[in-house]
Amino acid sequence: MTALVGMLSALAVLPLILIFGYLILKGASSLNLEFFLSNPVPAGQSGGGVAHAIVGSGIIVGLAALVGLPVGIGAGIFLAEYGSGRLGWTVRFVADVLNGTPSIIIGIFAWTWIVRPQGHFSAFAGAVALAVILIPLVARTTEEMVRLVPHSLREAALALGYPRWRTSLSIVVRTALAGIVTGGLVGVARVAGETAPLLFTTLGNLNFSTHVTEPMQALPLQIYVYATGPFPEWHRLAWAASLVLILLVFGLALVARRVAANRYGTR
Amino acid sequence: MHLATERLTARYHGRPAITEVSLGIRPRAITAVIGPSGCGKSTFLRCLNRMHELSDGGTVEGRVLLDGTDIYGAGVDAVQVRRRVGMVFQRPTPFPTMSIYDNVAAGLRVNGVARRRMGEIVERSLAQAALWDEVKDRLHGSALALSGGQQQRLCIARALATEPEVLLMDEPASALDPLATQRVEELMVTLKQAYTIVVVTHNLQQASRVSDYTGFFYLGDLVEFDQTARMFTNPSDGRTEAYITGRFG
Amino acid sequence: MTIIAPNLGAAARGTAATRRMTRGANPADRAYQAVVTALALALPALLLALIVELTINAWPSIERFGWAFVFTATWDPVADVYGAGPLIFGTLASSVVALLLAVPMAFSVAIFLTEFAPRWLRRPLGFLVELLAAVPSVVYGLWGIFVLIPFLRTVVVPPLKAAFGWLPFFQGVFYGNSMLAGGIILAVMVVPYIAAVSREVLNAVPSSQREAALALGATRWEAVWMAVLPYGRAGLVGAVMLGLGRALGETMAVTMVIGNRHDISLSLLQPGYTMAAAIANEFSEATTSLYLSALFEVGLTLFVITVLVNAAARLLVWRTAPGRAVGTRAL
Repeated sequence: MTALVGMLSALAVLPLILIFGYLILKGASSLNLEFFLSNPVPAGQSGGGVAHAIVGSGIIVGLAALVGLPVGIGAGIFLAEYGSGRLGWTVRFVADVLNGTPSIIIGIFAWTWIVRPQGHFSAFAGAVALAVILIPLVARTTEEMVRLVPHSLREAALALGYPRWRTSLSIVVRTALAGIVTGGLVGVARVAGETAPLLFTTLGNLNFSTHVTEPMQALPLQIYVYATGPFPEWHRLAWAASLVLILLVFGLALVARRVAANRYGTR
Repeated sequence: MHLATERLTARYHGRPAITEVSLGIRPRAITAVIGPSGCGKSTFLRCLNRMHELSDGGTVEGRVLLDGTDIYGAGVDAVQVRRRVGMVFQRPTPFPTMSIYDNVAAGLRVNGVARRRMGEIVERSLAQAALWDEVKDRLHGSALALSGGQQQRLCIARALATEPEVLLMDEPASALDPLATQRVEELMVTLKQAYTIVVVTHNLQQASRVSDYTGFFYLGDLVEFDQTARMFTNPSDGRTEAYITGRFG
Repeated sequence: MTIIAPNLGAAARGTAATRRMTRGANPADRAYQAVVTALALALPALLLALIVELTINAWPSIERFGWAFVFTATWDPVADVYGAGPLIFGTLASSVVALLLAVPMAFSVAIFLTEFAPRWLRRPLGFLVELLAAVPSVVYGLWGIFVLIPFLRTVVVPPLKAAFGWLPFFQGVFYGNSMLAGGIILAVMVVPYIAAVSREVLNAVPSSQREAALALGATRWEAVWMAVLPYGRAGLVGAVMLGLGRALGETMAVTMVIGNRHDISLSLLQPGYTMAAAIANEFSEATTSLYLSALFEVGLTLFVITVLVNAAARLLVWRTAPGRAVGTRAL
């Protein structure tokens, strides 16, 4: 039985190895300077790159983090510090509901909320959709991390004459900071790979754009277009772009783990 | 009388933990609070710097007078009270994200002490806590690298840095080994020259070794309060005698 | 009539002297609490806005089709008639296929990691499974199109058809994009979530349960079987439900491999469709307002189903591992 369990475990991680293998096999050879520095060429021609999508993803995800992280971390602090009552219960439940909500639904929500009233697709709308995904995720991880801080530290600070807010910020949150940053990075890594919420918000763009009020390309969107398109050249680019995306996402996840491991002190 | 309680009752969710305790604490002396587990001695201590009200469902009735002012009176800020009445806990609680230096300076920062005076106060506090010689070469290292006994003395230094008038100690040596315990006890005796100390302990030998006065709590009541020497040789209440002779607790 | 006044003096003094916790008594404390509370209120506000928007936009379709929307199979944009039956069927069917494949693997990972794996293997294996959750959906889709489907077509399906072709589940010609491909991709994607929660559940089983069984002379495997798994049963069911919640709402990878056809077929080899995939594919093509509204109703239906499944999952998991933030992270 132990052998069976071990084999099934190996089977579970086999796809990861296969996917990574294929990404390297089919994508690595396309990673050259042109791929990173140029924008798409007209369909049917060979060459071109995804500079526009890399920059676009950076802008969209950065904007989402800018909006989502403060709100999510603040909500998480609320849950840990003041969340014992009815309101806390409600917020916690709502966060879990939102965490379970399919991202495509967040996408059409952002469309009705921002795209339709404004009358045009925009990178901003996509960033809002990603932020809506990020907020409940970060709120719950922040809460867990803050809760890990021993009560005795809080008491020690209060006994020194720290006001409550300073106890919370400079002792409790500060102690949990590594964990909070890790949670934030993991959340950002997750939304960086999201495609569905961007379909009807940022829409995509074959040109290089840095205007957040206009449609913008993101790496996952570009992969979707290339993967489902008819041209072998597009498929080649899709593999290469996927390799870049996965390296970015895994890179963020690895940095997150390093932050968690490097925490100054114990919890 | 420096610090006194008048008919002090503390409750958790309405259930009294200590009832109508009236007790005067002598300045520049060590007052020990003893009693079996659950007798309310820690609760009593936590009422003296308004920490009890932070516990879940914690409420207080009666008065606690610090230099004649009721610390529970209207318009009194609990934060200000805690700056005058310092506290050391059962387990060492160094702030893990701070260096040794920053731990000692932590209370100074919230008190608005000028940065240039800080170094001097930190050194003095560490010296008072008999830790300076051991840590002076690694002030900016992690406080967690210290041993348990050193950490507890660091917490004492941290409490002393803000120059409180009263120092409350909640079983300050119970998590320490005998040698570290001895050092903390010696330190307490030195400190009483300048501070009013109230120490909760379950260790009767410790109470008799270090304290000048002792209060015995039983089931939330202050049963007896007297000079330590007298209480340990000639207790006036049968329950006190039973406790100090080891018949319960 | 005279009312005898009780001695209010003493009682009032007593309560006045009772000082409650002074949380936020200090203005800065109050401001801090107000700020974090306001940030936390963003969550209920968002959820409320989401529900309101979905409902308002779905309303024309709800009014027009009533319950028939859920139970009929006609999806005809030309005649402007919409029935989401095949989408709901496809969503449930692909998720069930996914769970059938994923649960044995996920439970194995959880059991292996908590009970049997040598210490040196636990961290790397846990990390690999965690990475599985970090792979973006669109990358799974790409891999599904270019690796999995050709593999199914050449290696898996011919013998499958030869052996089980008489079963209704393996009827018809296999073109690639199919319920089978969608189910497999979904299975790979939900394994890390089910494994992560199962692992927490198994870790929450008190070791006294394990030791009691071992003391009776059980082998380690028997201890797992007779003590650990039964103790964690509710939580494990919850973990599966959580995986189901994930699978139901997964969009991109499924869209890319499932075939996207409004049909109900029992055969795994035939194309299918899911609610999430339909929204992804047709939302920008919705030419009439009723078409758009129908897609919103699909979204609302999907939302309601996932909320119910997730709520049930949480309640079950909390029975063995109380208060955990279920599913915010893998492993």
